[in-house]
Amino acid sequence: MSLLNTLPDYVITTKTDEVINWMRKSSIWYMLFGLACCAIELMHTGGPRADIDRFGASPRASARQSDLMIVAGTLTLKMALRTRLLYDQMPDPKYVIAMGSCASCGGLFQLAYSVCDGVDKILPVDVYVPGCPPRPEALTEGLLKLQDKIMTERWLSKGPSNGTAPTPTFQA
Amino acid sequence: MEPLEIYNRAKEKFSDRILEIVDKKPDPWMVVDPTALVEVCQYLKDDATTAFDCLSNESGVDYKDRIEVVYHLFSYQHRHQAVLKVKLPRENPSVATLENVWKSANWMEREIYDLLGVNFEGHSDLRRLLMPEDWIGHPLRKDFVEPQEYHGISTVRESPIIRPKP
Repeated sequence: MSLLNTLPDYVITTKTDEVINWMRKSSIWYMLFGLACCAIELMHTGGPRADIDRFGASPRASARQSDLMIVAGTLTLKMALRTRLLYDQMPDPKYVIAMGSCASCGGLFQLAYSVCDGVDKILPVDVYVPGCPPRPEALTEGLLKLQDKIMTERWLSKGPSNGTAPTPTFQA
Repeated sequence: MEPLEIYNRAKEKFSDRILEIVDKKPDPWMVVDPTALVEVCQYLKDDATTAFDCLSNESGVDYKDRIEVVYHLFSYQHRHQAVLKVKLPRENPSVATLENVWKSANWMEREIYDLLGVNFEGHSDLRRLLMPEDWIGHPLRKDFVEPQEYHGISTVRESPIIRPKP
């Protein structure tokens, strides 16, 4: 029998939650998903020097196996619909890091006709990493922030659980 | 050969269908009658003294009162180049495709069609190249107005910077 969302608010299950969260945060598999120059830094972050593998994050080639989408680069409107499709293919619980200025707000290309200014127009974003592009250290810091966020989640109690942002709506 | 020599040779052969020869730095150009474009290009390609075997670039320009399509030709054999232009009306600009002369025109013409809305007659596959298939309008036109949203995704973002009122 699953215990998920079964216990009332007043039951305190910190230790169970902590174990679940600890396991979850220690194996964040991120999707190989590069849109522009930030993808180079993303590859570098997964490489031997920054090596986010030591935090349990390893790249997956398929959206269906990943927990984290790192939106690395300029998101065009044409790509936005595809990005949303990929996000929908990811299994819950899923997280999004907006890497760099472009993914956060459109950045340098904000006024261009073809650019979606910010991935938060189509996806709920958990962590924004500023920079153009951010250094691998910055992205690693973003990942650690996400781990902190995962550690605050509560899975067994019914109440207002994991404080993720509401998903923006749009017509695909 | 120098570009001007090439243009004068073309002028001798096609007389009034070469509308204009402009000697300006760095690249002199000649303006060709749109109806004679394929003929002129085929001649420049086949003639042994010019032998333009490469269409290195094809681009479009919106000048507000007209639309120009610019062709940069290059000859690997003779190492010389030439620039051709055609002037088209802004309403329904249309010119014959050069796909049958240089195969590389295919995608460049698709891009010009996509961004400027020039119709290339006889093109084998005139679809948008860069913008989404359901995009409305041609964004490099001077009078293009950016839509407020695309599939419900708003294209406007408020600036986080609060400017002091003057």
